[in-house]
Amino acid sequence: MKQHWLYRPGTSRKLWVLGFIVLALTIMAEPFISLHPYFSIEKLFSFHALLGFISCVVMIVFAKLLGVLVKRKDDYYDDV
Amino acid sequence: MMCDAIHPGLLLILAGLISPLIGGVWRSIWILAMPLVSLVLIWSVPPVSECTITFLDYNLIPFSVDSLSRLFATVFSVMCFVGTLYCFRQAKILELSAALVYAGAAIGVTFAGDLITVFIFWEIMALGSTLVLWSAGTRSSWQSGMRYVLIHLLGGVVLMAGIVAYSQETGSIDFIAMSPDSLGTWLILAGFLLNAGAPPLSAWLADAYPEASFSGMVFLSAFTTKTAVYVLLRGFPGTDLLIYIGLFMIFYGIIYALLENDMRRILAYSIVNQVGFMVCGIGIGTDLALNGAAAHAFTHIIYKALLLMSAGSVLYMTGKRKCTDLGGLIHTMPFTATCGIIGALAISAFPLTSGFISKSMITQTAAENQLLLVWILLQAASAGVFLHAGIKFPWFVFFQKDSGLRPAEAPLNMRLAMLIFAFLCILLGVMPRLLYGILPYEVDYVPYTAPHVITQLQLLLFSGLAFFAMLPWMQRSLTISLDFDWFYRKLFPCAWNLLKQSYCFLQAYISELTDKMLCGIGLGVAHIYGQQGIIKRTLQTNYAVLIVMIFLLGYLLFYLSNLN
Repeated sequence: MKQHWLYRPGTSRKLWVLGFIVLALTIMAEPFISLHPYFSIEKLFSFHALLGFISCVVMIVFAKLLGVLVKRKDDYYDDV
Repeated sequence: MMCDAIHPGLLLILAGLISPLIGGVWRSIWILAMPLVSLVLIWSVPPVSECTITFLDYNLIPFSVDSLSRLFATVFSVMCFVGTLYCFRQAKILELSAALVYAGAAIGVTFAGDLITVFIFWEIMALGSTLVLWSAGTRSSWQSGMRYVLIHLLGGVVLMAGIVAYSQETGSIDFIAMSPDSLGTWLILAGFLLNAGAPPLSAWLADAYPEASFSGMVFLSAFTTKTAVYVLLRGFPGTDLLIYIGLFMIFYGIIYALLENDMRRILAYSIVNQVGFMVCGIGIGTDLALNGAAAHAFTHIIYKALLLMSAGSVLYMTGKRKCTDLGGLIHTMPFTATCGIIGALAISAFPLTSGFISKSMITQTAAENQLLLVWILLQAASAGVFLHAGIKFPWFVFFQKDSGLRPAEAPLNMRLAMLIFAFLCILLGVMPRLLYGILPYEVDYVPYTAPHVITQLQLLLFSGLAFFAMLPWMQRSLTISLDFDWFYRKLFPCAWNLLKQSYCFLQAYISELTDKMLCGIGLGVAHIYGQQGIIKRTLQTNYAVLIVMIFLLGYLLFYLSNLN
């Protein structure tokens, strides 16, 4: 069967480039619109981008650490 | 005057009970038509009206309609119709019949004007949902269904105790806004929260729902938790505690979904997460926040059902549900993948989808009320939703490594159901007025402003960057994560086994001891009374003469001593 275009070699690289262009666009658009911040912290440039990235990294790391404590093999409950 | 009207919830319950008796194609028509009839009935009743009947000493109001109850009843009946469309050719009749009863009971709760009626429909809902779960017919669905029904009957008992206490305290059973300041109201709140998937018993949801059939979970995701949201909206608006409970649920859902390998369990955790947003909105309690919670419940039912239909189609066609077994399904299931992605974008509140116009009302309220910490946590959680449901689910199921699976698309009726909900997700996102027009309060909120769209895109796209940048950390493993259900699935059974073993040991010890004792007593008795016992022993003649002599001597001494 024909390989889906997403799985062709080189596609991944193009998608990364495209992704970074889109990310850059969302940041570059910020000076051209007037934000209506409710909190002073929002006035920080690209605050929402930073919040999105940092909070996700924190959640992934936290989940990984919690995983050490709570993860078990998926047949854990089978023998009860 | 309204007691002449047919109750749309009761209609669905009866329709569900009758449906197994109907045969052939008529059954399909019946099952598909009844939710639509109930939808028409919901909208044919004037928006503010009620019907009262007297039962014992109470005035029951089984049919009370206002804009809030109509909103929830509308989405429940739409969900019921599209859900049955999704599986009426594939699911067992038990599941379809139970699903109608379940949906009817949920509608019954939304129209209940008093707490006794709430309780009655609440319990019917628990039974209907358990039957939906059991109709999967597997051993695991039987076991998890047993745990599910026990937890919900426990919740029912707590709710009933609360209603009894409340009616004693206030002398009224009217279902109106309360605040948790007495035993009755606390117990009622606890009963409601249990169904919402609130801590500490959140684990029932991710334990039970993924064990349902491919279509059963679609129904289960919609009614129980959103009915709980409805009763919290009506009963406890503006209760501060709910903000913190909601925030806990939001992050609990994200973290556990990040750890999960089973695609439907990821979506189950994300139900808790999304209900958390609604509970938080109810806790903030302003008109905008309550509108936001109600709107979010409405849109959530649709996009979550869409996500689960997409996951259900994958399960139906491949028989697999673990991320480690799936991947690359975009090759042969592009339609299912597209619908799944639309659902994923909607749950992540991407602009032009339904989630964007509903969730943002809740975060907006937090900002307007200057609740900085709550606002930051809600924003971070929105990013987290994109992470755990928006990207993780479609990525691991339809993309990532190619699993080599090449299933065909799901049957036509299943695709049609997905198409309707995918269409609704986008329609509500593009035309928010359609939803805002039927919300309980006047809406003065414009979701599409340039700053809002840009900041939301920044938030979501950069959380997407975090996902792909940390992809090695996200790789799935064949594991589950321990939760509160560990107590009743592992600790209690282990403790019970230990108790049984120690009892057996003690019993064996005691029986050995008594054996020894009885044996000892037996030997002692035998020693005295037995064949060779002291008593039975034949004494020799000289002993007898000696004893007679002693007696005679004693007698002589006694006689002589009395002579004087």
